[in-house]
Amino acid sequence: MTLLLVQALNGVQLGLTLFLIAAGLTLVFGVMDFINLAHGVQYMVGAYLAVSFYDASGSFLLALIGASLATGALGLLLEALVFRRLMGRGHLDQVLATFGLILTIGELVRLIWGTSPLQLPVPRLLSGAVPLMSGMGYPVYRIMLIVVGLAVAGGMALVIGRTKIGMQLRAGASNAAMVNALGVDIHRMFRLVFGVGAMLAGFAGVLAAPLVSVEAGMSDNLLILAFVVIVVGGVGSVRGAFIAAILVGLVDTLGRSLVTAAALALLPPMAAGHVGPALASMLIYLFMAAVLAVRPAGLFGVPA
Amino acid sequence: MTGWRLPLGMLVVFAAIPLLPLGHDSGYAMLLGARIMVFATAAVSLDLILGAGGLVSFGHAAPLLLGAYAVAALDKAGVDGALPVLALALALAGIYALLTGAVALRTRGVNFIMITLAFAQMVYFATGSIPDYGGTDGYPLGERTRLFGLKVLHDGLPFYLSALAVLVASYLVCRALLATPFGRSLVALRQNEQRARAMGIDPLRVRLGAMVVASLIASLAGVLLANESDFISPAYGAWQRSAELMVMVLLGGAGSLSGAVLGAGVVVLLEEGLGRFTQHWPLIFGPVLVLAALGLRGGLAGMWARRG
Repeated sequence: MTLLLVQALNGVQLGLTLFLIAAGLTLVFGVMDFINLAHGVQYMVGAYLAVSFYDASGSFLLALIGASLATGALGLLLEALVFRRLMGRGHLDQVLATFGLILTIGELVRLIWGTSPLQLPVPRLLSGAVPLMSGMGYPVYRIMLIVVGLAVAGGMALVIGRTKIGMQLRAGASNAAMVNALGVDIHRMFRLVFGVGAMLAGFAGVLAAPLVSVEAGMSDNLLILAFVVIVVGGVGSVRGAFIAAILVGLVDTLGRSLVTAAALALLPPMAAGHVGPALASMLIYLFMAAVLAVRPAGLFGVPA
Repeated sequence: MTGWRLPLGMLVVFAAIPLLPLGHDSGYAMLLGARIMVFATAAVSLDLILGAGGLVSFGHAAPLLLGAYAVAALDKAGVDGALPVLALALALAGIYALLTGAVALRTRGVNFIMITLAFAQMVYFATGSIPDYGGTDGYPLGERTRLFGLKVLHDGLPFYLSALAVLVASYLVCRALLATPFGRSLVALRQNEQRARAMGIDPLRVRLGAMVVASLIASLAGVLLANESDFISPAYGAWQRSAELMVMVLLGGAGSLSGAVLGAGVVVLLEEGLGRFTQHWPLIFGPVLVLAALGLRGGLAGMWARRG
């Protein structure tokens, strides 16, 4: 029971990390119809920058702020250099260019920080554990991640639901050309979405850094998961991305333990040891295929 | 799409590589040439659905992986005959395309891209879960596939010629297919689905058919790849491989089958060539892709078409 609770908390926490990455991605996708494969790179760059900022300043908070702002700036730089020129071009050109960026930035990171994995320590203030029932504890840091993730999600909901710029964003996601014709500078909006999206992905990278090892391939799988999230949620819908992110997080962690347990119960131990983990890794994709088979535009998407 | 000069020119180049007086480097040149042809086969098949059909599949490494594991499965069972290997590879790839295509074709645009990726990820994780075939570590091939006992896929010239034959056949099949009413329907559906429907074309049947053909051809590339490297691993089906196939098609120019061959050549040569020169080759290759996307409309084949 406690184990299940821990898994559920881990699932929510993974989901919130995914949401921070997916939020910017789904808006750029929805508003500008732009496929950015290089979005996951921001997450990795955020984590690496945090390690450097931390080494220089010794403060996790300064590293968090500095690395987030710097990744936001990197996002704006990429927008000015590359993305702006790809607007209105086909998805295929965008895929080609942003895949090229993944290679370039991945190699730059290896060049600057080397190939061996780096570590970012958990801030001392948050290093303890909160006791759950039956003597098991849950790390304070992970609880902080859940709180911060929920706060960011709440803040985004407020901005998108209650402010003028949020209204323009929602309108842009459903019909960008019309919003542009009504006098909203859609390119300025794109820069804003892009900068904030990059910053959020970098922010997620910093927060995740103490839990994982910081290495060049760290964003590859998260990028794919972030795409799963926005497609399941419905492209352009931040609310959809939030719900899908939590669902994907839960399917991954809870499903993983359930499937592994089921495999152990049903199969001989040798086979279960192989089949369980593989099936567990497939669960998210099965979930996504099932959602799209029933709702081709995603949970909150507008059917084309 | 209509010219024969570019494909014939490339055929001459591929045919000439084993004849070049390179001495010790001749083996390496053939190895590289064979590698290009194997990936070109997969890229041509992807171009059939991506370029001609407008179906942007982000999971084309999956049928390749299935072809490779057909080799592994039969090798484990002690079978190295080309006929059973091909039968199994084609059956797996065909069934895969039928099942996943039927679901994927319900979606449009970005969602199609992502659902094809999702299915490919499932194959990727599934192949890594089979302990008999080495799990995620991969499977070292015992015996290379033979055709009626002949060592057609063994090192050097035999493999090179087999790869060339498979590429030429795949290219001709795709090209001939596009000239049939079926192929015309596929292109018509990409250009204007509403009109094509009004003319009585069934979108699902045509597109599903194209996906099956593309998948079958890609599985042949997988059989070749497994034999070339004497090793079969889930890594052949990682999403980065699917992206690489897409890059080959796009760099060559989507919709031009010979462009896909050209794209495969450029990608393999850049990776290998730059890799010999510096371990930081992505620093050159990455910007090349960005610049190609920004500047080369219609890819390399588009440049060729606009020449002079």
